[in-house]
Amino acid sequence: MGSKLGRALERRLPLIVVSPLFAASLVFVYGFILWTVWISFTKSRVLPTYDFAGLLQYERLWSTPRWHVALSNLVIFWALFVVLCLVIGTLLAILLDQRIRIEGVIRTIYLYPMALSFVVTGTVWKWMLNPGLGLEHVMQQAGFEGFRFDWLVNPDFAIYTVVVAGVWQSSGYAMALFLAGLRSVDDELLKAAAIDGAGPLRIYLRIVLPMLRPVLMSVVIILSHLAIKSFDLVVALTGGGPGYATDMPATFMYAFAFQRSELGLAAASAVMMLMTVIAIIVPYLYSELRRR
Amino acid sequence: MFGFRKLTAVAALLGSVFASGAWAEGTVEVLHWWTSGGEAKAVGELKSAFEAQGGIWIDSPIAGGGGDAAMTALRARVVAGNPPTAVQLKGPGIQEWAGEGALNDVQAVATAENWDSVLPPVLAEIMKYDGKYVAAPVNIHRVDWIWASPVALEKAGITEMPTTWEEFNAAAEKLEAAGLVALAHGGQPWQDATVFEDVVLGVGGPDFYRKALVELDPAALTSDTMVAAFDQLRTLRGFVDDGFSGRDWNLATAMVIRGEAGFQIMGDWAKGEFLAASLVPGKDFYCIPTPGDGFVLNSDSFTFFKVAGDENLKGQQVLASLIMSPVFQKTFNLAKGSIPARTDVALDDFDDCAKRSHEDLLKATEAGALVPSMAHEMAIPRSVRGEILDVVTKFFNSDMSSKDATTALADAVARAM
Repeated sequence: MGSKLGRALERRLPLIVVSPLFAASLVFVYGFILWTVWISFTKSRVLPTYDFAGLLQYERLWSTPRWHVALSNLVIFWALFVVLCLVIGTLLAILLDQRIRIEGVIRTIYLYPMALSFVVTGTVWKWMLNPGLGLEHVMQQAGFEGFRFDWLVNPDFAIYTVVVAGVWQSSGYAMALFLAGLRSVDDELLKAAAIDGAGPLRIYLRIVLPMLRPVLMSVVIILSHLAIKSFDLVVALTGGGPGYATDMPATFMYAFAFQRSELGLAAASAVMMLMTVIAIIVPYLYSELRRR
Repeated sequence: MFGFRKLTAVAALLGSVFASGAWAEGTVEVLHWWTSGGEAKAVGELKSAFEAQGGIWIDSPIAGGGGDAAMTALRARVVAGNPPTAVQLKGPGIQEWAGEGALNDVQAVATAENWDSVLPPVLAEIMKYDGKYVAAPVNIHRVDWIWASPVALEKAGITEMPTTWEEFNAAAEKLEAAGLVALAHGGQPWQDATVFEDVVLGVGGPDFYRKALVELDPAALTSDTMVAAFDQLRTLRGFVDDGFSGRDWNLATAMVIRGEAGFQIMGDWAKGEFLAASLVPGKDFYCIPTPGDGFVLNSDSFTFFKVAGDENLKGQQVLASLIMSPVFQKTFNLAKGSIPARTDVALDDFDDCAKRSHEDLLKATEAGALVPSMAHEMAIPRSVRGEILDVVTKFFNSDMSSKDATTALADAVARAM
C-alpha cells in the first residue's frame, strides 16, 4: 500500500514540482501577452481601457514616421550585428583553434566584453566616438587635422555606431560557442581528410563548418533576439539620437508607453515586435522538432 | 536606507507625541521625483513645514527617467485603487488624470484662501478641472531665457545684449568669428523643443504661439510665420558645435560658465548651475529674456489624488493650504531657483534674475503675453507634445526644409489627436 503511494508520488513528483512555475509563466508571460494584444485593439491612453476600437492603433502606428525609422534601424542593426558577429566569431575561433600558446588568456580577453552590461559598453563607446572627446579629438591632436569621424552625431551613420558597439560586445560570445563546436569535431576526421590531400582551407570550408551547423543555428537565434530587444545599448550609446535617428522598436515602445501616455499605440508596437520574433522562432522550432 | 529609518522614527515619534493631535492634522503620502541637490532640499522644506503642523509625511521619491518611473508607479497605484495623497504632476497631465476621475478637488481651501486672486490666470486655469482646483502650483520657471558669458562676449566685442533674433544672429556670428562656440546646446529632443518654442514666441508673438502650440490650429502650424520660425531654428542649428548630440543641459551650461560658449537658451533651472559655481548674476553671467516680449511659463505643481478617510482628506487639505502659503512659496523657491507661483510674495531675498522674471511675469500677464510651455508639458497632452518633439528634433538633426517641417508638424498633430 505504502509503496504504491510512494510510486504514484514518485511518478507525479516532476509534475508537482514544475506546475507552479508552469502556472506562473502561463499567467505572467502568456497571460500578459494576451493582455497586451487586447490593449492594442483599444483606445487606451494614460490608463488601460477595454473598449474595442478595431485596428485604430495599428493604423496610427503605421502612419507614424518614427516607427518606420525604428523598423529600418532594426533591419540594419539586426543584419549587420548577426553577420559581423558570426564572421568575426568564426575567424577568432578558428585562429584560436590552432593549438596556440596562452590560448586561455587570449580567449578570456575576447570573451571579456560579454561580461559587461550593454549600458557600460554603450557609455564607453559614446565617449570614444564623441567627436569632441574621443577618437576624432585624439587624432586631431596627434597632428591629423583633417581627420573626421563623426558617425555618432551624424543621423545617417549613427545606427552603425550601435552596430560597432554591439559587435564588439557579442562577437567574443559567438567565438566561444564556435570554439566549443570546433573542439567537438573529431580529430580522426581531420587527419583522414589531410591524408586524402585536402588543404587547411578546404578542410574548414567543406568539413568543419558544415559540422558546426547546429552551433550556427543557436548563435543566430541568440544574437537575433539580442538584436530585436536591444534597448539598453541604444539608450546608453545614443539615447535614440541624434533626433530619433537610432530609435529601435523597443525604445519606440518605451517612449510611447511610459513617456507619452499612449498605451494602446505602444501595445500595438509591442505586438508587432512579438510577430517579428515569432516569424523567426516558429520556423526554427518547426524544423528542429520535425527532425526528431 | 538611513533616510527611511529616520522617516519611520519621525513618524513614530509624531505618532506618540501628538497621539490625538496628529490625527487632526492628517497624513499625506507624496509621490515625487525631486531627488537631486536643490530639488531634494526644496521638497525637504515642504516636508518639514508639514511636519511642523503635526502631520505625518510619508515620502515616496521615485527617481529616474525624468518622472517616467514615477508615472509608471502612479499608474499602477491608481489602477490598484491605492493612490498617493499628492503627486508631483503638471500641466495637461492634471486634466488627463482628472478626466479619468482619479482626482480630489481642494476647492474649499482655494475659496477660503482666495487662490484666484494670487495666481496668474493662465496658471490657475491649468490647476483646475471643471472649475475646481485639483492641484496647487509650487513655483514658476521661466523657459525663455538666454544665458550669456560676459567673458566670451567681451572676447567677441559684443557690447549690447540682443533684443531681436536678427541681433542674436549677428552677435552669434561675431562669437564664431572670435573662435568661440556661439550657442551651447544639448541635442536632446526636449532641449531642441525648448529652443523651438522660444523661437516661435519671438518670431510669431504670443497670439501666434497660443494658436499654434496651445490650440494646435492647423492653419497656424502650416503658416508662413511657422516657416519663418523653422528658418530661425535652422540658423540657430548652425551656431551649435559638433559635439552637441545627446549632451545634457547642465554640460551645455558649463560651457557658458567656462566662457567657451557665448549663449545658452534654457529655462531658469540653468541659473542653479551658475550659482553653484559661485557666479554673480549681472556680473559673472547675464540672464536676458529671449526676443519677443513674452513669458513662457513652466510650473511644477502637486496634484491631489482621490484618497479616502478623514485623516487622509484632512492631510490633503492641510498640504494644499501649506503649498500655497507665502512662507513656503518663498523658502521653496529660494532652494529651487524658480520664483513663487503666488504673485504677491515679496522677492527681496531673491537674485536679480528672479526679480526680472517676476516683473516680466506681471507685465506679460497684463499684456496677455504669458504663454504655457509646450516643451515642458504645460500646454498640450504628452501624446501630442511627443509627436511635436519628434518633428522638431528631426528637423534640428537633418536637412529637412522649413516648409516640409510645417507639413510634418500638422500631420503629427492630426495623428496624435
